[in-house]
Amino acid sequence: MNAVKFLFAAYLATWAIHLFYIGTLVRRFSRLRQQLRELGKGK
Amino acid sequence: MKKIFPILSIVTVVLLGYALYLALVVAPTDALQGEVYRIIYYHVPSAWTAFLLFFINFVASIRYLTRSKASTENAAKWVAIGIGVVGLIAPFLPPVRRLIPPGMEPSAVATTIVLIPALYFLVGKLFPGDRLDVLAVTSAEVGVVFCTIVLITGPLWARPVWGIWWAPGDIRLTSTLVLWLIYVSYLVLRRFSNSAQTQMLAAALAVFGALDVPLVYLSIWFFRTQHPQPVIGGGGSMDPRMLHVLLFSWGAFLLFGFLVCWSRFRLELLKREVEQAHAMESLAGAEDSEKASLPLSRSSR
Amino acid sequence: MTSFWAVLSATLVKDIRLEWRSKDALNSMLFFSLLVVVIFVFSFDPLAEESRHIVGGLVWVAFLFAAVVALNQTWARELRNQVLDAYRVSPAPANSLFLAKSVGNFLFVSVLETLMTPLFIVFYNLHVLGPAWQLIPIALLGTWALVVNGTFFAAMSLRTRNREIMLPLLLFPISIPAVLGMVAGTTAVLTGENSAHFYIVLLLTYDVVFTTASLALFGTILHAE
Repeated sequence: MNAVKFLFAAYLATWAIHLFYIGTLVRRFSRLRQQLRELGKGK
Repeated sequence: MKKIFPILSIVTVVLLGYALYLALVVAPTDALQGEVYRIIYYHVPSAWTAFLLFFINFVASIRYLTRSKASTENAAKWVAIGIGVVGLIAPFLPPVRRLIPPGMEPSAVATTIVLIPALYFLVGKLFPGDRLDVLAVTSAEVGVVFCTIVLITGPLWARPVWGIWWAPGDIRLTSTLVLWLIYVSYLVLRRFSNSAQTQMLAAALAVFGALDVPLVYLSIWFFRTQHPQPVIGGGGSMDPRMLHVLLFSWGAFLLFGFLVCWSRFRLELLKREVEQAHAMESLAGAEDSEKASLPLSRSSR
Repeated sequence: MTSFWAVLSATLVKDIRLEWRSKDALNSMLFFSLLVVVIFVFSFDPLAEESRHIVGGLVWVAFLFAAVVALNQTWARELRNQVLDAYRVSPAPANSLFLAKSVGNFLFVSVLETLMTPLFIVFYNLHVLGPAWQLIPIALLGTWALVVNGTFFAAMSLRTRNREIMLPLLLFPISIPAVLGMVAGTTAVLTGENSAHFYIVLLLTYDVVFTTASLALFGTILHAE
C-alpha cells in the first residue's frame, strides 16, 4: 500500500541517521587515538 | 566500567529489536490511519529523548554559568529547590488542578516538575567542574541527532495522513524545528569559537534558547487560533496497548541514547586529553628552542 | 548608579558621533536597504490582491537583513581599536556598555526603517485598514527585540572564526517568536482582519525576557577569557 511506503521510509531514515552518527563517532575516536599515539612517539 | 558497555549494547540491540517487533506486529492497527500510524513508535520516543537531552544541556549550562560565583550558585540551588517544592504541592491545589488538561493526573504533573530539581542536583553531583561542559556538548549533539529524526519522521507521517508535508500551525513540529535550529546554532558556535570562552558563550546561548522555547510555543499557539488550520483528526486518549508499545519503545531508545551519549562523552574526554598533550608538546618544544636561544615560536592553533 | 548612566551616555554619544562623522556605514546601509526593497518589489508582485497580506512579512524581512548588516559593523569598530580590551579592564559596569551599544544600534536601525517604510508604502500602494497607531508599538518593540539580541550575539561572535555569518546564525533561531509577532501584528493592522493586541503583548514579553537575560549575562560574555 502507498501509505506503508512512508512507514518504512521513516524507520529506515531513523536508523540511517543513527548509524551515520555512530559512524562519525567511530571515525573521530580512531583519529584521536592515532593522534595520541603519534604524540606519545614524538616524546 | 568498560565491561559494562558491550553488555549494555547487546541488551539495547535486543530491546530495540523487540520494540520493532512490538511496533510492527503486536500493536493493533489504527482505526483511522491504518498501518502508517506506527511511525509514532519511532517519532514520539525520539522527540521525548531529544527534549530530555536538551533539558539536560540546559541544566548543565546553568550550572556551568553559575559555578564561578558562590552567590549565583547558591541562588540557582534555591531556585531549583523552590521549583521542586512548588511542583510537589501546586498540582494538587484546586485552582491549579483546573488548569491541568483532562487526561493528565496531578501526580504525573507533580512527578514531572519534581524531576527538574532532581536532575539539577544529579547533574551537579555526577559531573563536577569541567565535566559539566563535556555533558553540555554531549547532550546537545546527541539531542540534535534525535531531533533531526523527529523532523524527518514527522513530515513522513503527515504526508500520507493529512496530505501535506508540513502544517505551519502544527505547534509541536514547528516548536521542534525552532529548538533544532537553536541547538544547531549552538553546535556551530562551539565549532567556530576559540577554546577559552567557547564554553561560557555556549552556556549563555543555551540559556537564551531555553527562554525562547515557551515564547515560541506561545506565539505559534496564538497564530494558530487566528488562522484556519487543516483539520487534523486524532486527539483523545490512546488505546492502552498502543501506549504500552510506545513506552517500551521509548525505554529502548532511551537506553540506546544513553549508550550513544556515553560514547560521545568518552570521545570528548579523549579529545581534551589530546589537546592537552598537544599543548604540553608545544610548551616542551618552546622550552627546548629557548634553551637553544632561538626565538620562542607560538603554536599556531 | 551615576557611573552606570555616565558610561552609558558617554559611550552612546561617542558611537553616534563616530557614525555621523564617518557616514560610510550609514550611506552604504541606506543604499543596501533601498536595494532590498527593490528586489522585493520585483519578486513579489505589488499589484496582486494578496499583497496587503504579505507586505507585513516583506517589510520585516527587509528590516531583519538591514539590522544584521548594521549589527555586524558596530562591534567591528570596537575590535579594530582594541576598545573592547580597554572596557574589560576598566571598572565601568559591563551593562552600561551593553545598553549603550544596544541603544545606539536601535537608533541606527530605526533610521534605516524610517527610510525604508515610505518606499514600501509607495511601491506597494499601502493604506492601513486597521488602527494605524498600533504600528508604532509594534515597530518599536520589534526593532528592540532584534537589536537587543543582535547586540548580544554580535558580542558573542566577535572571537569566532566566521564572525559575520555567526551573528545571523545565532540570531535568527532565537528571534523566531519575535519575528512571528512583528509580522503577524503588522499584517493584522494592515489588513484590519484581526487584532494585534496579543502580538504587542508577545513582543513586550519577549523584550522584557531577553533584555533581562542579556543584561544578566553580558558581563559573563565580556569577561569570559
